[in-house]
Amino acid sequence: MEVLRSRLDTRSEGYQSNRVAMLEKLAYIETQLELARAGGGERAIARLRSRGKMLIRERIEMLLDRDTPFLELSPLAGWGSEFNVGGGLTMGVGTISGVECMIQGNDPTVAGGAMTTYAAKKIMRALEVARQNRLPYVQMVESAGADLRRSTDSAEAEMARQTTHFAESGRFFYDITELSAMRTPTMSIVFGSSTAGGAYQPGMSDYNIFIRGKSKVFLGGPPLVKMATGEESNDEDLGGGELHATKSGLADYLVDDELAAIRKARQVIAHYNWRKLGPGPTMPPDPPLYDAEELLGVASPDLRVPFDIREVIARIVDGSRFEEFKPLYGTTLVTGWASIHGYPVGIIGNNGVLFSDSSEKATQFIQLCNQVDVPIIFLQNITGYMVGRIYEEGGIVKNGAKMINAVSNSNVPHITIIVGASYGAGNYGMSGRAYNTRFVFCWPIAKIAVMGPQQLAGVMSIVRRGQAAGAGVPFDEEEDAKIRAAVEDRSEKESLALFATGRVADDGIIDPRDTRTVLGLTLSAVHNNEVRGTTGYGVYRM
Amino acid sequence: MKRISRLLVANRGEITRRIMRTAREMGIETVAIYADPDSHAPFVHEADEAIALGGSTAAETYLDVARVIDAARRSGADAIHPGYGFLSENAGFARAVVEAGLTWVGPSPEAIAAMGDKLAAKRLMMAAGVPTLPSTEVPADGRADLQAIAAPIGLPVLVKAAAGGGGKGMRIVRSTAELAEAVAGAQREALGAFGNGTVFLERYLEAPRHVEIQVLGDSHGNLIHCFERECSIQRRHQKIIEEAPSPAMTPELREQMGLAAVTAAQAIGYTSAGTVEFLLDTNGQFYFLEVNTRLQVEHPVTEAITGLDLVREQIRIAQGERLDVHQGDLAIRGHAIEARLYAEDPANGFLPATGTVLAWEEPKDSPARFDSGVETGSDVSLHFDPMLAKVIVHAPNRTEAALRLARVLERTRIHGVTTNRDFLVATLRHPAFLAGDTTTAFIEKHDPARVRRPAENEVRAAALAVALKSQDERRRGASLMRTLPSGWRNNPSQMQQTVFTHQGEEVKTGYLAQRDGSFDYEVAGVRGSARLHRADGDLVDVEIDGSRRVLAVAQRGSQFWVQGASGEVQLTELPRFPDSEQEEVAGGYAAPMPGKIVSIHVEPGDAVTRGQLLMVMEAMKMEHRITCVEESAKVTEVRVAKGDQVEAGQMLVVVEGSG
Repeated sequence: MEVLRSRLDTRSEGYQSNRVAMLEKLAYIETQLELARAGGGERAIARLRSRGKMLIRERIEMLLDRDTPFLELSPLAGWGSEFNVGGGLTMGVGTISGVECMIQGNDPTVAGGAMTTYAAKKIMRALEVARQNRLPYVQMVESAGADLRRSTDSAEAEMARQTTHFAESGRFFYDITELSAMRTPTMSIVFGSSTAGGAYQPGMSDYNIFIRGKSKVFLGGPPLVKMATGEESNDEDLGGGELHATKSGLADYLVDDELAAIRKARQVIAHYNWRKLGPGPTMPPDPPLYDAEELLGVASPDLRVPFDIREVIARIVDGSRFEEFKPLYGTTLVTGWASIHGYPVGIIGNNGVLFSDSSEKATQFIQLCNQVDVPIIFLQNITGYMVGRIYEEGGIVKNGAKMINAVSNSNVPHITIIVGASYGAGNYGMSGRAYNTRFVFCWPIAKIAVMGPQQLAGVMSIVRRGQAAGAGVPFDEEEDAKIRAAVEDRSEKESLALFATGRVADDGIIDPRDTRTVLGLTLSAVHNNEVRGTTGYGVYRM
Repeated sequence: MKRISRLLVANRGEITRRIMRTAREMGIETVAIYADPDSHAPFVHEADEAIALGGSTAAETYLDVARVIDAARRSGADAIHPGYGFLSENAGFARAVVEAGLTWVGPSPEAIAAMGDKLAAKRLMMAAGVPTLPSTEVPADGRADLQAIAAPIGLPVLVKAAAGGGGKGMRIVRSTAELAEAVAGAQREALGAFGNGTVFLERYLEAPRHVEIQVLGDSHGNLIHCFERECSIQRRHQKIIEEAPSPAMTPELREQMGLAAVTAAQAIGYTSAGTVEFLLDTNGQFYFLEVNTRLQVEHPVTEAITGLDLVREQIRIAQGERLDVHQGDLAIRGHAIEARLYAEDPANGFLPATGTVLAWEEPKDSPARFDSGVETGSDVSLHFDPMLAKVIVHAPNRTEAALRLARVLERTRIHGVTTNRDFLVATLRHPAFLAGDTTTAFIEKHDPARVRRPAENEVRAAALAVALKSQDERRRGASLMRTLPSGWRNNPSQMQQTVFTHQGEEVKTGYLAQRDGSFDYEVAGVRGSARLHRADGDLVDVEIDGSRRVLAVAQRGSQFWVQGASGEVQLTELPRFPDSEQEEVAGGYAAPMPGKIVSIHVEPGDAVTRGQLLMVMEAMKMEHRITCVEESAKVTEVRVAKGDQVEAGQMLVVVEGSG
């Protein structure tokens, strides 16, 4: 196989300033991760510890096999919102007793583990990851219940109020049992309260581990019972571990403390008789020839500055080996074969705007990957499909649609890394979040939006100018400049990777140097499910 | 002259290897014999032929005259060397060897018999004018008036087995009240060890030196001495450090003692190599102790300073050759010290230890002679003597010899079995030892450290090295994502944790892999940076805060032995998840080692006080007294019966209400 030769000049000014900018962004992200780890703060942590309890990340660390990697998903969910960074719930993919699992757990230091909208969104995502990749699901429950706090009246909160309804929630109980029906075991370790609606979390699980004196699971608590029937009761009578282990049968295992619960979970999972349906790594997993450290300086935070996506590929694939497909055709898109940590992959990366030829090349390559059951890695740096009269004439809509058809109906796993721009339909064609891609991660400089901020502001200005002309009123240039600046500013802010990650529109922002590791881990995860290409696509418009 | 062409060594372990080495050098074929527990021992593999004796105990094998003679016949051996111990001082065996038409490498059966009875030997020496200590025999009927018998000797007295050796059946008595129990115990032990329960009482010198003279005699009437050895450093009357020459020796005294030894040997017409043992008091007065009619364990120190090969001399004498050295040819060159490495636990009353030797490696770059009976993989069983090896250094002077030997011992890898190594090192480096202030009371008086206390940074380095090595093994053995970075996190919240205990103290060890392949660490509260350069097999090449070292690690379950340049660190890894319900007996006494219950002195309900004897067990032919350590307590349960075979750690007696 051919080996990529890097042309990156690490002594150049551009490289150096890119690197500085990337490190600055990473430093800021680290401060936000620190906030996520700090959970509900020192006092809440001290209170938790005083009750002999462990922090959520400590619970996860004990659950995991020693020295195995763990990928936390959406650690910065809730960023930029009034809720705690992390959303009061931690989740990720890790190995327990030799089985890759989807793990999630409430952070009881954050409002008692109350379920925020972000936590709910994360749980739904966790279940989706488990379902798509056939990962056994483990939830560590300790929650005060639904977070009944009302959002403040931002425009966003108002929209949320208008578009969400109680009847739409609770889907995750459905998902848990669906997972079970798909022969993927589910487990609840109940560290504390899991009451009312929360009671269905263990209720729907295949295996339940309860802790004596700590787990509490009931539909209605003592006050509600008193109101409903007049019966006097306490928490332990209504839903303690002893009751569920000996009477109700909701608890399958009753243990004495948190460590014992975690050990029991590990023992139970060891008996899952888990066999991955996808093949293991088959190619030599030697490291790339080029230092991952250099990924810090490859891409400019100014997304208008182009860079060769091969410089990224050379630093993430085994031995920097890359067998490029159709290198002379549709050159704004790079396609080819490689392996990552021994897993064969097809790689599709952007080297500019998408034209008809590059779209067709992508379509063909996606079909080839499906033909031989090879997962596809999408490296997004895309400002969109080309616009303009001759491109429309050349069928850019039709050819872009072919690519979207192929991406949508492709059945091999996709993993998407947004290394730069991700604008408009380009996001879709390059297997964005809505396209059933298994995982999406952003580099810190990534921007995701319908179009670039300047373009958006400019387009809106032109529309307003047209409206004014149509109505025959004078156009207020001063006012227009203000609006343009405001739109550009807001659009810029909302296009940031942090904005997307805060809304759980990706699986997290990653350090560019970790790209290969993240891909290795997620590739291993996706191979828990069958890796099989599709045999049918939608009708291609010719 | 009858040339020996095929020599059977009627022994085991290090001495068999040592004798076979000389035999090979002399062009003689070698035959070993072995008991079942020794079937994989190095001496069996090294012999040209090895004959299985069948059976596990010494009595069934190495002590069975008929079987040994039969083995010689079957193997076509034409001579037998008995080594030391076992049948080496058994006149009947020597006679049987000769009667079988084989060459006996040793003194005549008559000389052995004459010296075998310690009492008769003393009388013989007195007659020859060799100074002796006052003593008297204890009648065997058990009804003797011990006090009356002991009176003329005066206290303290030593109770000794007439047929004994190696400290077995020996007791010191300082008050008449202890006399009865000491005599009974010595008789029991002597009967068990030698098949002869006769004991005698002898004046006990409180702090003498043990000085012995090596003699060599041929069958042509030539008899020389090869100077002295001092073997004062003893525990439980067993020598552990021996040297030549003696630091207490003067040329005049050496001449006197040499003459006495030659006189003694001549009195019994001694041939072959033998040793005349004396006690030397602080006034320079010496007393005959006994003659050992065999090669001594400590013979290498004499070989070092004289340049002789004593086994070669024995074989030549047995072949009827003349000694080719004369007294005047011999001179002392430099100073030699030998240390005996035992599988035993000095911190726990020197109780014998057992187990598999996980790693045995002599330091490559320090000149020392290792006469060892074990190697990596050897089993140390309770069936036989727990001596693993003798380590001998020869240096220009005594101080250098002592310090070099200490360093050699410290750097020897002995993993998997508890040994007296630390104790030997502490003794060799003790100022009193270096000053030559050695008496048989040395250990009692100076109490050298029994366990090394390694420096804190040494313990931290060992813990980190073990943790990183285990980490490396887990990653290499992982079935999933083996090539991903160890313990990788995109949002790291804590280090990977391993908790060890070292000498009862917890050593919390955390490490977190960094992007550049190094590890941030925190061990026992100290933070820093480390890099694992290599972890191949049992060697760990690790750099900690810029300081690089190679440590050798052996593991058995959760136990780790870590050998570094400055010695060994033992660590026990605590389980990640604490074990649930394990039966714990609050106040109880467990067997300190495997053995047999000889007698039980308490019943349930008995009130006991500190120091009171609870039971006696026997192991390695030594009696161990289980005594009450609580101020006062009540026996609630006795879990064994007389005659029971017990395992190490087995609960024997349960008591309650300690003070």
